[in-house]
Amino acid sequence: MKVGYFPGCSLHATAREYEESLKAIAPALDLQLEEIRDWACCGATSAHSTNHLLSVALPARTLVLAARQNLDRVFAPCAACYNRLASAQHAIEHDKKVASQVESILGASFGHPIGVLSIAQLLSEMTDRIRSKAIVPLKELKVACYYGCLLVRPPEICRFDDPEAPTSLESIVTAAGAVPVKWDKALECCGGGFSLSRTASVVRLGRSILRSAKDSGAQALIVACPMCHSNLDFRQRAINRSAGDDRPMPVLFISQLVGLSMGLDPVRLGLNRHFVNPQPFLSTISAGRVEHREQA
Amino acid sequence: MSRIGVFICHCGENIGRTVDCAQVAQAMGELPGVVHSVDYKYMCSDPGQALIKQAIKEHNLDGVVVGACSPHMHEKTFRKAAASAGLNPYLCEMANIREHCSWIHEDRAEATEKAKGLVRFIVEKIKYNRPLSNIFIPVNRRALVIGGGIAGIQAALDIADGGREVILVEKESSIGGHMSQLSETFPTLDCSQCILTPRMVEVAQHPRIKLLAYSEVESVDGYIGNFEVKIRQKARSIDVSKCNGCGECTKNCPNKKIPSEFEQGLGFRTAIYVPFPQAVPNIPVLDRDNCALFKGRAKGVKKQVCGKCATVCGRRAIDFDQQDSFITEKVGAIIVATGYQLYWIGKEQESEILHGYGEYGYGTIPDVIDGLQFERLASASGPTGGKILRPSDGKEPKKIVFLQCIGSRDRAKGMEYCSKICCMYVAKHTMLYHHKVHDGKAIVFYMDIRAGGKGYDEFVRRAIEESHALYLRGRVSSLTRNGDTIRVQGVDTLSGEPVSIDADMVVLATAMRPQPGITSLAQKLSVSYDLHGFLNEAHPKLRPVETNTAGIFVAGACQAPRDIPDSVAMASATASKVLGLFSNEQLEREPLIARVDRQTCTGCFHCERVCPYGAVERFEVKDRKGNLIKVIAEVNQGVCQGCGTCQATCPSKSIELDGFTDEQIFAAVNAL
Repeated sequence: MKVGYFPGCSLHATAREYEESLKAIAPALDLQLEEIRDWACCGATSAHSTNHLLSVALPARTLVLAARQNLDRVFAPCAACYNRLASAQHAIEHDKKVASQVESILGASFGHPIGVLSIAQLLSEMTDRIRSKAIVPLKELKVACYYGCLLVRPPEICRFDDPEAPTSLESIVTAAGAVPVKWDKALECCGGGFSLSRTASVVRLGRSILRSAKDSGAQALIVACPMCHSNLDFRQRAINRSAGDDRPMPVLFISQLVGLSMGLDPVRLGLNRHFVNPQPFLSTISAGRVEHREQA
Repeated sequence: MSRIGVFICHCGENIGRTVDCAQVAQAMGELPGVVHSVDYKYMCSDPGQALIKQAIKEHNLDGVVVGACSPHMHEKTFRKAAASAGLNPYLCEMANIREHCSWIHEDRAEATEKAKGLVRFIVEKIKYNRPLSNIFIPVNRRALVIGGGIAGIQAALDIADGGREVILVEKESSIGGHMSQLSETFPTLDCSQCILTPRMVEVAQHPRIKLLAYSEVESVDGYIGNFEVKIRQKARSIDVSKCNGCGECTKNCPNKKIPSEFEQGLGFRTAIYVPFPQAVPNIPVLDRDNCALFKGRAKGVKKQVCGKCATVCGRRAIDFDQQDSFITEKVGAIIVATGYQLYWIGKEQESEILHGYGEYGYGTIPDVIDGLQFERLASASGPTGGKILRPSDGKEPKKIVFLQCIGSRDRAKGMEYCSKICCMYVAKHTMLYHHKVHDGKAIVFYMDIRAGGKGYDEFVRRAIEESHALYLRGRVSSLTRNGDTIRVQGVDTLSGEPVSIDADMVVLATAMRPQPGITSLAQKLSVSYDLHGFLNEAHPKLRPVETNTAGIFVAGACQAPRDIPDSVAMASATASKVLGLFSNEQLEREPLIARVDRQTCTGCFHCERVCPYGAVERFEVKDRKGNLIKVIAEVNQGVCQGCGTCQATCPSKSIELDGFTDEQIFAAVNAL
């Protein structure tokens, strides 16, 4: 299956491991990721917090390019990119005034409608394949699936899964052989883009998420967004210190967990790039070793 | 040649400001057939009406056209005036130059031209009007009341006390409805059962009330004054004539662990049971789905599995083979008082427009209960004997959070209306809680406090000032389990601060919805309902308890969320309407109904298929010897509502609506 691929800024930078793991699992899932040529920033968060038209026009440009590349569907692994692209597509289809304004800004007309996919949507379509490719028994590994705020919201735009009690990530990790735990912070805010400007808030929010995940007995937190990952992995040392809790909780992208179930080398999946050492966790499922550098 | 009088009303400034009434009157005076045309400040006033009466006599008018407001407003007034001057009232008509002209236009010249057109339209139409006389139909002076809650009880008692027979149908095994489940009632805190049960007993003992409990309306035929209602009496598995309500069967039933509907699932009942001790009639019902004997039968076990109730019944009243039975009753009026159900926050919803509360765990968190469950906990006859205890572990909650507007006033959940009673009963709950748990803390999240009603706002103030309930204006974004407490995350919008509370119990004031099955009942009765299933009244202000189907009335929460005083007031209003209807042996009604031309009707019955009221019947035309010549359509004068659908459908133009014949409509349209 071929889908358009919109990496966004983070998959080429802070979340390189997300892209590495996606590219590593793609062949086994018979998935061709065709990157949109000359894609631009999706606009999150700066565009939509300042100018509505800009926030539609930026992702709309990418959608126009995708249509020119004859793509019907575009996959945006980052939840914020997904939200911006899907919102733009929704605006183009439902708000004629904005659509015509954006067309004149871009100097291009919209081609066929583009289906925008999140990682949850994409992998949900492939659970049978994931199940058949899962050769490494994850030994009832308990994981907490974390959606954050944007993966299945807003419902009128996503039209996928339950916005308040979602289950799609759970069905994917189940297919990969892991056991999702029941916990109640799956949709809480991670602090998003406030990581640098209001670190204390991000630490406070992360604390309640990690505490709940730990209390529910999870051995790892599964995320589907580079921003969530950064706030819960990179900031975890600060979070744990503030909570007086020294239990580290590895934070994995869902593509990394799927890759582990396929028996792929943890380094190929980028697991060596995390701040929280994943080695103790990898040992429990007897996956390969990673060289973990203690990072500040 | 006609002799028509035209009267143009200024309606003070309402019409006169935009329409040049004198000019309209003058132009109408020049139309052929118009012999008199004047304008006047207020046509509906006494002098205005006198003008019309005088003109009829002076000019020997055979038609009167009043250019004024909507006929809904004053057609009756002017027809009455015409009649008092000796003109057939149906030779008087109105042209609406207010709502259809002056109120919606600004340009005076154009509006005046339009007004001329509107009046000319009616002038040409009235040339083809013919005198009509009112229709009289007989009235069967018995009433049917559907629903035995407080509204149905009140309506039945009022009608019966007024001297007419009433049939009261209740689908549960006892009357009493939701009011019998309540602990105390706002704003006086008097005990609900104490004021209700005497009324229930009165119903049972009233010589003119026939109580059919555990019964449902199967079908309704007929029309105002002459309804024929088929009622299904569901099988109780008890011979009602033998049972004396001794209670031996319920005591001896071995299956004692069935969640009780009356206790809102907080207590248990047996398979053969009386829902509550004061039930009327005090006759048990056997729940066949939960009875060991019937389960055994369903599995095909040959030996009788249980049957203990039949063994202990001294009067041999238990009848395991009883079947549903049907009776037919003839009544002249029907009151619908089917009441409400509470919204449930769960994931599975019966209707597509409703959405559950995933953010509150879809109803899976124990100790998150609804208002009716709290009523049972607070009730002296309830499962805890009136002690406020948590359903999960039986501990006394020291902190209860009450959430108002759950579902209500929330378009995203499918119910944008206010449920009306919640502000009041939540205030009551905080008081009851304070009276029973002195060191308990009640916290209420509200959107607005709507306490309109006698003594209502004072009641809420008492909850805040004397029972020390903490009222926070804001919504709760999530309810999650936190150990054995419930973490309530919300916001106090007055201070602008997020709030996080660990509560021992949460009570949701969930929205009021109409009873399940209301839409199918409404369809049987040809009564319209809104998006949510609440029955529509004929006019929201002026005909609040009537429906658009003549002879059918609504009382209580089946029409909109209602509290007890409102429901009782509505019920008495329906009773007075019904008694008024029954004050005459015959019913007079307007003759603007369809009429079949027996000569030309071919009996194709297209009209029968399109009639929304089922007013078209079949009539056999016979010769003098009694041989059948043809079967043609005939309109039942009592049922026809004069909508004209048949007239538009009839291929041979044999069915015409009196007052709106093709001839009249064509003449009017040609005048434009």
